[in-house]
Amino acid sequence: MTDTPDPRAETARQFIEALPHCKALAMEVVEIGYGRAVMSMPWDEKLVGDPGTGVIHGGAVSSLMDTCGGTAVMTHPNGPLTTATLDLRIDYMRPATPGQGITATATCYHMTRTVAFVRAVATDDDTENPVAAATGAFTVTTSS
Amino acid sequence: MTRQRPEPVQVVKERRDAALHALADGIPYVRFLNITFERHGNELTAVLNFQDAHIGNPGIPALHGGVTASFLETTALIGLGWQNLWEGIESGRIDAKNLTPQSLPRMPKTIDFTVDYLRTGLPRDAYARAVVNRSGRRYASVHVEAWQDNRQRPFAQATGHFLMPPPPE
Repeated sequence: MTDTPDPRAETARQFIEALPHCKALAMEVVEIGYGRAVMSMPWDEKLVGDPGTGVIHGGAVSSLMDTCGGTAVMTHPNGPLTTATLDLRIDYMRPATPGQGITATATCYHMTRTVAFVRAVATDDDTENPVAAATGAFTVTTSS
Repeated sequence: MTRQRPEPVQVVKERRDAALHALADGIPYVRFLNITFERHGNELTAVLNFQDAHIGNPGIPALHGGVTASFLETTALIGLGWQNLWEGIESGRIDAKNLTPQSLPRMPKTIDFTVDYLRTGLPRDAYARAVVNRSGRRYASVHVEAWQDNRQRPFAQATGHFLMPPPPE
């Protein structure tokens, strides 16, 4: 990581936050650039998967991790034009604490001309104990 | 020996639909995504009723990968929960008519879930069915396939592992 802001960061942020499903889940880009992205999603009653406990549905956490992974790919220094999820595996380590938002951090740790490899973790307020972890492969199209 | 008369069709349908309603309709996120279930006997088909908020990339436009993942995971969980519930309601051990989301047996929990995106999800309804490949005392493995226009050309599939709820005391 460097301290210089990624020149493409602001464009990517505006693009991501305007996607209809990301808007529906009120996702926000917290940090972005050089193949790494941090995104947050506030707790909301409509995201609950278990009405008995108020725990967020795993699918909502998947949505955040998938978006965050794609965002990390888009800001990779190789400069891909487009990306789409090819495969995403999510491990659910513990239920998210009801009432707390989720923050995902994704890193695109390797990119070839055609594929990007991503790792991500999601936490609630207890940042030492992740709620979920993900690994994914994303398609990549480049101009060359 | 006299054979017991089969139950009237309405009694059978009401019992099964009441159990499915209690299982699937009480989950806020499932309602938010507008996922519904169609039942034929014990076979469930999940339906993702399209809405604009499902769109990820408006340029193509395509379903958001997270919506697809959520749809598949919901189909797997409800499919597994339904299979666990079926024996109970059919044998009369569980009173289906008075089932509420609160009085339901505990649901399985997702351990891990792997989604395989096969093609772009189009901006229209999607359907999915789950197959429980193994359902043990503690763990279950479930496979799901989702399609839109052509059942033979799924746009996504997934496999997940689930932790089974402890047996009732």
